[in-house]
Amino acid sequence: MTLRLRIDPTACTGHGVCADLLPERIQLDEWGYPIIQPQVSPALAPDARRAVRGCPVLALRLQRVPPSQQEGTSAS
Amino acid sequence: MTQDPTISENIAVTGRPVSGTPVRRLTAGWHQTRGPASLRQHLARYGGLPNLGGQLIAMVTMAGLTGRGGAAFPTGTKLRAVAVGRGPKVVVANGMEGEPASEKDQALLARSPHLVLDGAVLAAEAIGADTVHICLERPRYQQIDEVAHAISERQRAGSDPVRLLIRDLPARYVASEETAVVRWLNTGDARPVLAPPRPSDRGVQRRPTLVDNVETLAHLALIGRFGPAWFREAGRADAPGTMLTTISGDVTYPGVYEVETSTTVGELLALANADIEATVVLLGGYGGSWQQIASVASLPFTPAGLGPAGASPGAGVVAVLPASSCGITETARVLGYLAGESARQCGPCQFGLAAVANDFAQLATGRLQGDSLRRLHHRLGVIAGRGACRHPDGAVRLAASALTAFSADLRAHAAQRPCRAAQRGPQAAVMPIPRRDGQEDWR
Repeated sequence: MTLRLRIDPTACTGHGVCADLLPERIQLDEWGYPIIQPQVSPALAPDARRAVRGCPVLALRLQRVPPSQQEGTSAS
Repeated sequence: MTQDPTISENIAVTGRPVSGTPVRRLTAGWHQTRGPASLRQHLARYGGLPNLGGQLIAMVTMAGLTGRGGAAFPTGTKLRAVAVGRGPKVVVANGMEGEPASEKDQALLARSPHLVLDGAVLAAEAIGADTVHICLERPRYQQIDEVAHAISERQRAGSDPVRLLIRDLPARYVASEETAVVRWLNTGDARPVLAPPRPSDRGVQRRPTLVDNVETLAHLALIGRFGPAWFREAGRADAPGTMLTTISGDVTYPGVYEVETSTTVGELLALANADIEATVVLLGGYGGSWQQIASVASLPFTPAGLGPAGASPGAGVVAVLPASSCGITETARVLGYLAGESARQCGPCQFGLAAVANDFAQLATGRLQGDSLRRLHHRLGVIAGRGACRHPDGAVRLAASALTAFSADLRAHAAQRPCRAAQRGPQAAVMPIPRRDGQEDWR
């Protein structure tokens, strides 16, 4: 089962906590908003969950990707 | 341009066949009547609404109709997605034409409002909706009056089994986006929201909601009457039917044209008699792209046809840049407008578009060089796909296309030399920028 990060950009206020907690998948742009590589491997799942819990405005989600959609899912 | 009350006077309808027979479907009779066709004229022209016995969705699917609002999504697929949802459904006829270089929906509503209403009624019957919201921009009060009159004609005739409601939304560029329209209907706030859930799953009053562009509904009304095989007599197998396009800029005959969807960009430019000295054209609107005429002239004006050039027809917009206009300066003005139209909900859009617009303002005056220019290229690579709606994607697409289409001008600006347009004399702004008059209101 692959996991996938999803952000609600209307909720995100650019605290940047997620990038601190999951630098492997999340960088901040020059304005402080996250640029996300959404695919999360099982090894990174605990850190990804921490990043989701750490978001002060609950803008970050971690979703399961059904096997049928794993190929060719595009970044968002 | 969108505020221009004389729009309906500028309508030029082509009767000239590009291929096959003359194209007068949505635009039939537009030359004979001034103003909107009455219900009587409309019925004389097209006949009454057929009783389709539940066949509409299959007919639209077979016809291959795609959305004419810009996304070109298959209409039959969308109808079915809404129809299979639970409970009562809702139809939204989206007439919020917010694209400054597009006038086709305004022209359609000004001439054939009953065709749009027919399509909305047929769609409502097909998916099980009892209400149609016809969404229009609030400042277009003449349009609102005319559509209201058309609805009252139908009520007197007592023919429609559904409620037709006109809704007037704030005139903002992104308020025409489907999630924004649905949000406004639900809460009175016309800013886009993140999808999913899509309106087709959970829309107005949380009901499955069909949001279709008004031109799409007009085509649907004709498919309901004349069938999918008739629809496919125009266009090509992979792009059937006709479409409305708005051709503007450096052309002799600007206006709204109905053409077969197989028409090439070059044929469109010939119809409106584009200036032969012009070399660059804007395709798709302000979220579209600048293209060299020489490289797109032979391409069909369809998503598939323009795809290899990195372009799209959007809502059918073609704007010819005069040879005497500086594309960098025009792009800077348009980007300033688009940045101002951000709903300021998503950081990458709010701050990213402002930064890119500012970079282009500097480019236009030759003050953006070296590291700053490299930073602009970097910015153009990280903004798209990070907003709730596609507004930032479109603005960035336009900006990136300008750097390619106007690369020679860019070098001239960077070297503080006059660009090609500047060599030809003083500049007049050509791309229309709607005035906001201090309206920041989203309600």
